[in-house]
Amino acid sequence: MITLDQINLSIGGKPILRDVSLRLQAGKTLGIVGESGSGKSMTALSIMRLLPQGAELSGKVTLEERELTALGERQMCAVRGAEVGMIFQEPMTALNPVQSIGDQVAETLLIHGAASRSEAARIARERLARVGLTSDRFPLDRYPHELSGGQRQRVCIALAIALRPKLLIADEPTTALDVTTQAQILGLIRELVREEGMGCLFITHDLAVVAEMADDVAVMKAGQVVERGATDALLHDMQHPYTKALFEASRHCPVRIPQMDEAHLLEVSGAVRDYTLRRQRLFGPRPSFRAVDGVDLRIRRGESLGLVGESGCGKSTLTRAILGLEPLQGGEIRLDGQTVTPDMPADLRRRMQVVFQDPYGSFNPRHKVSRLLSEPFHLLGRPADLDARIGEVLEQVGLSSADADRFPHEFSGGQRQRIAIARALITRPELIVLDEAVSALDVSIRAQILDLLAELQHRHGLTYLFISHDLTVVRAITDRVLVMKAGRIVEQGETEAVFNAPSHPYTRALLEAAPVLPLAAE
Amino acid sequence: MPSRMASRDASLWHRAVGGTNVRPMIHYAATRLISLALSLLAASLVIFAVVEVIPGDPASFMLGLNASEDTVAALRDDLGLSGGLLERYVAWVGGMLTGDFGTSYTYRVPVSELVAARLWVSLPLALYALALSTVIALPVGMLAAARRGRPTDYGIMGATQLGIAVPNFWFAMLLVVLLAITWPIFPSGGFPGWDGGIGPALRALTLPAVALALPQASILARVMRSALIETLNQDYIRTARAKGLTEGQAIRRHGMRNAMIPVLTIIGMQFSFLLAGAIIIEKVFFLPGLGLLIFQGITQRDLIVVESVVMLLVFAVILVTFLVDLAYALVDPRLRHGR
Repeated sequence: MITLDQINLSIGGKPILRDVSLRLQAGKTLGIVGESGSGKSMTALSIMRLLPQGAELSGKVTLEERELTALGERQMCAVRGAEVGMIFQEPMTALNPVQSIGDQVAETLLIHGAASRSEAARIARERLARVGLTSDRFPLDRYPHELSGGQRQRVCIALAIALRPKLLIADEPTTALDVTTQAQILGLIRELVREEGMGCLFITHDLAVVAEMADDVAVMKAGQVVERGATDALLHDMQHPYTKALFEASRHCPVRIPQMDEAHLLEVSGAVRDYTLRRQRLFGPRPSFRAVDGVDLRIRRGESLGLVGESGCGKSTLTRAILGLEPLQGGEIRLDGQTVTPDMPADLRRRMQVVFQDPYGSFNPRHKVSRLLSEPFHLLGRPADLDARIGEVLEQVGLSSADADRFPHEFSGGQRQRIAIARALITRPELIVLDEAVSALDVSIRAQILDLLAELQHRHGLTYLFISHDLTVVRAITDRVLVMKAGRIVEQGETEAVFNAPSHPYTRALLEAAPVLPLAAE
Repeated sequence: MPSRMASRDASLWHRAVGGTNVRPMIHYAATRLISLALSLLAASLVIFAVVEVIPGDPASFMLGLNASEDTVAALRDDLGLSGGLLERYVAWVGGMLTGDFGTSYTYRVPVSELVAARLWVSLPLALYALALSTVIALPVGMLAAARRGRPTDYGIMGATQLGIAVPNFWFAMLLVVLLAITWPIFPSGGFPGWDGGIGPALRALTLPAVALALPQASILARVMRSALIETLNQDYIRTARAKGLTEGQAIRRHGMRNAMIPVLTIIGMQFSFLLAGAIIIEKVFFLPGLGLLIFQGITQRDLIVVESVVMLLVFAVILVTFLVDLAYALVDPRLRHGR
């Protein structure tokens, strides 16, 4: 149905895609897998011809006998939305915040002159119901901000399929969503492809997702398709070394040597954290929201504890309280017997450090690495051997001491995360809180960082609190795991025991929703 | 602004006040109104205090150096300058609430009459200039955003840079030379009043309004351009393009409304500035406006006039801010819901 023939793309003279040839039949799903920069999104945008300025495209894209690459911009506008629909990664920002969801779905119909205003509203209603947003709970005049991420992605799907396109392009449609929401959206896309007979080009970095979704898979690396074939066959008989490496990295489990103490390093008992909300009425009382509701947790020295839960469950709030950034409204937190509060002494603060998800966002881009790393010493006073310590931590995380004179933008994402870890290490802490620390990384980089974390833990006897929504990663690196839902811990236990035999229904739901890689026959 | 926008906003207004969203909108407006009242109260206290600490006694200034103590005291009594601070503040605020702004020391007429006469010049002038500025700036800003990085954009950016850099009185003199002297299309100054009909009055206000509008339009066009470019990089524009909208349609249908918040902010600030800040332009064109009134009030120690006009301007600024706040909520549903 859609054929890509020898697509070459360069942007500003820099080659992005090289000889990409793909073929997709109606009613089938073709998965494109690759790491960031592999050109998978650019392949999709080449079909849509929504390329950035300075892009040069050659080769042929054919949709049912029609050569899209030969069409002018006007004609392409008639194709986009009508014959090819597309959904994107970020549902939170993909919708216009000042337009109602009904208007945004109806616009697809109106812009192509496919329906009158009232007819378009009726079809929009019907398409929204089709993606699971029924009229009783989601009237057409709802605005995007009143919807959750998963609901917004459903709206995006509704507007992409409003005109029943022949091809649906889904670019990482569930990457920003929680596992249970992801499972629902993946199910919806599968159902739509089957019922509407669309072809679906499904782009993802996640091999497990593609294994679940696609009939055929193409693996991309550096702008080229390195391997392709039917999903089952390809996953069981990988030929290309890159595919094998990708597969291995996805399942990577670092070697860890247990070295736990009996003593507890961190003790949280009955922690309660309330937020006051806006007044509902002018002089009404301020309502409050209990984000953390009586949480108990203990971490032994040298232990690695996982905290999993979906967005909004309170895990980030709990983290901020543990780091002593926000006060508790009940209960207490003790680090090695000393109470943790926002005004705790600097030396207690030194003993716990944090690594966040997005190192780029937490670095000042105008500071050199040396200055970024010495930041914690604003609190503690500058040690005499600062330069030596900067060199030392950089080498510990696999960089060189010469990197101290460079700026954050000169590093890759994985290297920046290493710098973030170095910044946490420099105060010689005992507890490191890893808040989604590997979630934004490509699988191969993620595997390296997990190895690094395991090695550092062994070498320095570190204790980890590992917070993530990614169950595979938590399973790979933690000894014990806590499952959090709506501010409470619903289940806890040894990681393997919880994963193999979850007792709480919520944990079961989480584990069932998570896509699993099939085991390769090697 | 394209007419489609206007009808959209009308339907939005309808939805906001007539539909299910009426409660959040009223709640929003009520909180804004309370903050308006508190701002006015705070402003009146500050103005009163400032005028109190200004050195110089109006009574002795008016009577000259040779006046006897008794005459000065008598005049002070007459002017309502004796009595305690609180008493005088209450009398001043109470008077304003009932429309009595006191009597000017120098002109010996009620301040309300003075201000009303000047307001009939300054208010139409400000509105005229603001309308011109908006009508010029929005399309120009949109054009620059749509052609960003191309010669049209560079041309517009250069012209607006010039518009900001050159003082408005220089524009005013240029306009007088060209359009009043070389080609006498408009009068070079003075104001015939509104009694002679709208035509001559508007003609008299045209050159000052253009001179005031040009620098304002330059600023506004730049704000429009950058706000629009900012929204054009948003994901929802990409979604719109994937639906089949052309770039122009995506800008008009999705970019504009989202770019309106910063633009409305600047429009509100410009109105406040135009109402009182036109003093140099009033001088150039011999217009009896508020700016000149307040200037004369200060030089002649006519404190009642100063107090009242400043209070009136503060009221205008706060009112405009309130209206801009309401406009925000109409443009952006998130504000209606208090997020």
